[in-house]
Amino acid sequence: MTGDPGKLSCAEFQMQLPELVGSGADATTHPHLQSCERCRALLEDLKTIAEAARQLFPSVEPPDEVWEHIESAIRQEKEGDSNPPVAPPLIAPPRQ
Amino acid sequence: MPNPFSPTQAPGRVRPSHETDPSTAAKAREGATPAPSGQGNASNGEILARAQAGDHQAFAQLYSLHKRRIYSLCLRMVGNVAEAEDLTQEAFLQLHRKIATFRGDSAFSTWLHRLAINVVLMQLRKKGLSLVSLDEAMEPTPDEGPSRSFGAPDLTLTGAIDRLALERAVAELPAGYRLIFILHDVEGFEHNEIASMLDCSIGNSKSQLHKARLKLREALRAQNSQEEQP
Repeated sequence: MTGDPGKLSCAEFQMQLPELVGSGADATTHPHLQSCERCRALLEDLKTIAEAARQLFPSVEPPDEVWEHIESAIRQEKEGDSNPPVAPPLIAPPRQ
Repeated sequence: MPNPFSPTQAPGRVRPSHETDPSTAAKAREGATPAPSGQGNASNGEILARAQAGDHQAFAQLYSLHKRRIYSLCLRMVGNVAEAEDLTQEAFLQLHRKIATFRGDSAFSTWLHRLAINVVLMQLRKKGLSLVSLDEAMEPTPDEGPSRSFGAPDLTLTGAIDRLALERAVAELPAGYRLIFILHDVEGFEHNEIASMLDCSIGNSKSQLHKARLKLREALRAQNSQEEQP
């Protein structure tokens, strides 16, 4: 790998992209992009996808039944706890 | 100019609750259920403490505060309303069983999110769906690494992306990629938060997100080129 960021190959630049983009730095000013149309297009596409993602899958409320089911299941679990199964006696009772 | 790759607040988007005051934000957006009475102005810390002590009303309040985000996460991950309802129910039941073990090492909302993610991932594994290991993202493979992005520059995505096309492409991502993409790009979590939720490194989260976006680009370009064919 060369030490001059402007002389990186596309492979070298793209290896650095996750960290470059993830760090919050402005990747568009990277020297490699001054001379590489492909990597500029790649970065532009990734930017478009990240921006579009903000409009995806609007947040929604669960229906009221979900809480009703949760409450019912909690009640059942509590009842189960308060009525534990009777353990068999360690010593069998003498026969009458 | 804001960094387009950083999770910023978009209109109508729900931010991680620890970045806002969940009691305020949630009150504004939450619905009618449940509506516990007599607990008016308790702080989130008080509500949590009471729920940990077994107070059912407090647990109901916790549900109110977090139900929307947990349900939305489940729905985004599985894409099916009935399944998302079941997963939400299971996540809150697990919360009820485990809430006393929460020690405050992370924000409660992050802890709850992590719990819900585990419920979702367990369900996906049960269904035998493709889960990309988080470690895998750190080791680019010849057919999956960045090299595949050297292709023709004339096939770039231009202008706005069709929302439905992108949602379809997200739904078809392997679950590991989908999860990171949803957590970061859709829900707005930061890499350090995602790393904490998924028990992975921050670098791993960045790498996985990058791969998810590359896969989405590939899928959208393929769709575009199909549409352009006569």
